[in-house]
Amino acid sequence: MSYKSDYSRAHGHGAAGEGLHHWWSQRVTSIALIPLTLLFLFPFGRTLGGGHEAFVATYSNLWHALVAVLFIIAAFAHLQQGLQTVIEDYVPNKTQRTAALLVNMLLCWALGAAGVLSVATVLFSA
Amino acid sequence: MVQLTLPKNSQMRTGKTWPKPESGGALRKFQIYRWSPDDGDNPRVDTYFVDLDDCGPMVLDALIYIKTKIDPTLTFRRSCREGICGSCAMNIDGHNTLACIFGMDEVKGDVKIYPLPHMPVIKDLIPDLTHFYAQHASIKPWLETKSNTPAKEWRQSIEDREKLDGLYECVMCACCSTSCPSYWWNGDRYLGPAALLHAYRWLIDSRDEATGERLDDLHDPFKLYRCHTIMNCAKTCPKGLNPAKAIAEVKKMMVERVL
Repeated sequence: MSYKSDYSRAHGHGAAGEGLHHWWSQRVTSIALIPLTLLFLFPFGRTLGGGHEAFVATYSNLWHALVAVLFIIAAFAHLQQGLQTVIEDYVPNKTQRTAALLVNMLLCWALGAAGVLSVATVLFSA
Repeated sequence: MVQLTLPKNSQMRTGKTWPKPESGGALRKFQIYRWSPDDGDNPRVDTYFVDLDDCGPMVLDALIYIKTKIDPTLTFRRSCREGICGSCAMNIDGHNTLACIFGMDEVKGDVKIYPLPHMPVIKDLIPDLTHFYAQHASIKPWLETKSNTPAKEWRQSIEDREKLDGLYECVMCACCSTSCPSYWWNGDRYLGPAALLHAYRWLIDSRDEATGERLDDLHDPFKLYRCHTIMNCAKTCPKGLNPAKAIAEVKKMMVERVL
């Protein structure tokens, strides 16, 4: 039971002053991913079945490594932002929501960093 | 997670089938949601038969026929009977619309009528729109000015006035907001298509001098950015308006402010 006014309930804590960056960045990464996915998949597809050597041969090339790194950054940033939206939409419990948002951020950053480091390792050790 | 099943006391039961009128005309079957806060029963769906020869063509005519001639306890809002007051908004044949401008002939088979979705029900077809109206009030739906008030009127060119077309016609019936899944899941914080359409109506009003403050008030992950362009609002609007487009324009204004 609360005697809060209807207006106070609707106004809540006011505007957070956030949201634009997330929304804009989601659009920018989605558009960037159209060419990046194509540029990444063609050389990556060629390495499949060729084993470690084929992979090293492809990603010791600066251009392929750069595309792969950009693809990984854009893809994981986009994944993190998209999952954040899904969590905010569908997890109403505040504790669960906060936990899910933190796990999402950590996992996406960790996986993205692992991907970038893998490509960098191949590039610089070749 | 989001609640996908109804709690036990909200589960729908089959209700009463009311006697057919004996006036001899062609009959149409109506299935209508009923719930009263007074008896503690679960909601039910009652069946009524309407004599089409003794009734107007709109769904509201049928509801008035039922209330007058069959069951005076059936409760619903109505006022203008011509689509301008927004009172008789309800879910007819699966979409939110105004009963007064929705013809019975637009429905195939039985006419199924429920209150607007995902809102607390006060009784039968009457939803509680308190929060919806408070959200509308929160966007300050009036002219905000800082300049000295002119001696005669705040002037507006014909071109600037035309920018308000497709926005000012909104009658606040709540069909759009209650058709929006984002509003269902986060309606406590997401302003919803109707309030946001009104927010845009004041954002682009050439006479308004609080554009920056209005954008500041909307810059929030929940108030504005819960809109995912699902477009149910535009599909269902009984006045043919496009709240999704208005929301997209607000998002565009937000981007333009930083680019």
